[in-house]
Amino acid sequence: MSPIRGRIVRAVLMFGGAALLTVIGAPLIGSTPISLRRAFDWSVPFAANPDAQIFFIARLPRTLAGALVGSTLAAAGVVFQGLLRNPLATPFTLGVSAGAALGAMVAVTFSPSLAWAGLPVAPLASFAGSILAVAVVYLLATARHRGLSTNTLLLAGVTMNAFFSALILFVQYFADFADTFRILRWLMGDLDVSSYTPLLSTLPLVGVAFAAFAWLARPLNLLSLGSDAAESRGLDVTRAQRVAFVSASLATGAALSVGGPVGFIGIIVTPPVRLIVGADHRIVLPASALFGAAFLVACDAVSRTIMAPLELPVGIITALIGGPFFLWLLVRRK
Amino acid sequence: MLQAVDASFGYRDTPVLHGVSLDVPAGGLVGLIGPNGSGKTTLLRLLAGTRLPSSGRLLLDGVPLAAKPRGELARRIAVVPQESQLAFDYSVLEVVLMGRYPHLSVFAVEGPGDLAVARAALEATGVGALEGRPFSTLSGGEKQRVIIAGALAQIWDPAGATPAGQILLLDEPTAALDLKYQLGIAALLQSLHAERGLTIVVSTHDLAFAARVCRTLVMLKDGRVLASGALEDVLTTARIRELYGVEAEVVRHGRSGLLVVPLAATGPEDRS
Repeated sequence: MSPIRGRIVRAVLMFGGAALLTVIGAPLIGSTPISLRRAFDWSVPFAANPDAQIFFIARLPRTLAGALVGSTLAAAGVVFQGLLRNPLATPFTLGVSAGAALGAMVAVTFSPSLAWAGLPVAPLASFAGSILAVAVVYLLATARHRGLSTNTLLLAGVTMNAFFSALILFVQYFADFADTFRILRWLMGDLDVSSYTPLLSTLPLVGVAFAAFAWLARPLNLLSLGSDAAESRGLDVTRAQRVAFVSASLATGAALSVGGPVGFIGIIVTPPVRLIVGADHRIVLPASALFGAAFLVACDAVSRTIMAPLELPVGIITALIGGPFFLWLLVRRK
Repeated sequence: MLQAVDASFGYRDTPVLHGVSLDVPAGGLVGLIGPNGSGKTTLLRLLAGTRLPSSGRLLLDGVPLAAKPRGELARRIAVVPQESQLAFDYSVLEVVLMGRYPHLSVFAVEGPGDLAVARAALEATGVGALEGRPFSTLSGGEKQRVIIAGALAQIWDPAGATPAGQILLLDEPTAALDLKYQLGIAALLQSLHAERGLTIVVSTHDLAFAARVCRTLVMLKDGRVLASGALEDVLTTARIRELYGVEAEVVRHGRSGLLVVPLAATGPEDRS
């Protein structure tokens, strides 16, 4: 086995193990304690097994939503970072999350007129919103040959976040009173899905995005050298950049439509992963996705229990960890 | 043989090159000299095929570069940019292995053959001992050698040999280096040319470096070829005055060949 393949396998086993442990462990935690052995005891019929019902119906969908959202946002973060050659670029800091949130808001608020037969309207509208935000980032990035400086990137992100937040508030005027509370919770980043349906409907979009990410891993390595150097090594830079922008937007849109704009995932997850596995995107991408899943599921377990029986939106927990961490990264880089 | 025939190029509304023609013979060692902003970097991009001329033609063995698939071109022509800054903390070996990109299919990973080529390239540039170091911790001279090793890995065979007709383009390889490292890079380019039969085009604004390394010179001023030919014919007092606005004496020195001694600036200092 080639050394690089061995490193990929080791990273996937390590971070995949962590993700698997949290996904199995998180549903056991909650207001009603349940036993893993009883939940998986197939000799008792499902209807007569409260542990299994709580595990599979009440808690597992939410846990899987955390895994889906965490892995997708972390991987999208890695792609934005490689593309813009800046380790502080993530869907959240670029304002792409806010764009996606606006798209999803529009879909949810005006859903009767948007409910086309069978199409996952919220994820697609969310994708449209993130594409809109990404188009602005793309224009900024290509206007400057050497990639985005941290200053430009952060200022653009702040501006985009403010701009889209204002539009989100505007759209909220059109929501009826009962919806407003639900929307507010969702905007804080909330994984409270009540069934497997939203997960299944976004899965195809996430699948397409991850297939593109797998193709992008090596081009992202070359882009770290700069676009001219990448071009001279035989990479079609323009195509790689376009695939990266569209697939990262798709991933962000899909994740947002499930969990809302949960912030700071890419920022918290990628630095420790890069520290452990190195810089090669063929390892960083899968490792970050798996660690992102483990991290968000763990955060969600905390948000469900820290003020039990109250369940906090998980976005509050990630912001409490991510805000100070981001500032520390910013200071350390200088 | 790599040729530019009456090639012009501009970025958006700014014309950079005007009808440039030049020949790079197989096995040549060509210096591209001229002041900052004369179009050296852009000309190298055209020669590498990463930019297409707005008019005129770029030919490799008589075939337009634009007609060659990217991968095939990358296996023939490698580029060493003026300055390499990596966005992330890759190891030296990883940086060199990136040169193997045009040799691998979409989802393939580097195999033992690629690893052997990368290590041979690091040995050839004298930095084999640095393979495990993070690239960001190297000195400027070491970085330049690693980047040259990556370029060699890009055009070498799995056997580590240089197939005939491979071309290395270098953009101001010594601009940011101390004198000692400049001399080291000069010696490295000469040995790659003499011992491995590599065709080399190197741009520089350093006349001493050009005189030491190159056999053939092309003088570029304001996007036009001012003169081209054998070193002794091109590097004259009159040409240097025309190219740089500098009064200089060209003397023959026993051990280093031609030597350019700058004496004084002529006329006002125009653009920086």
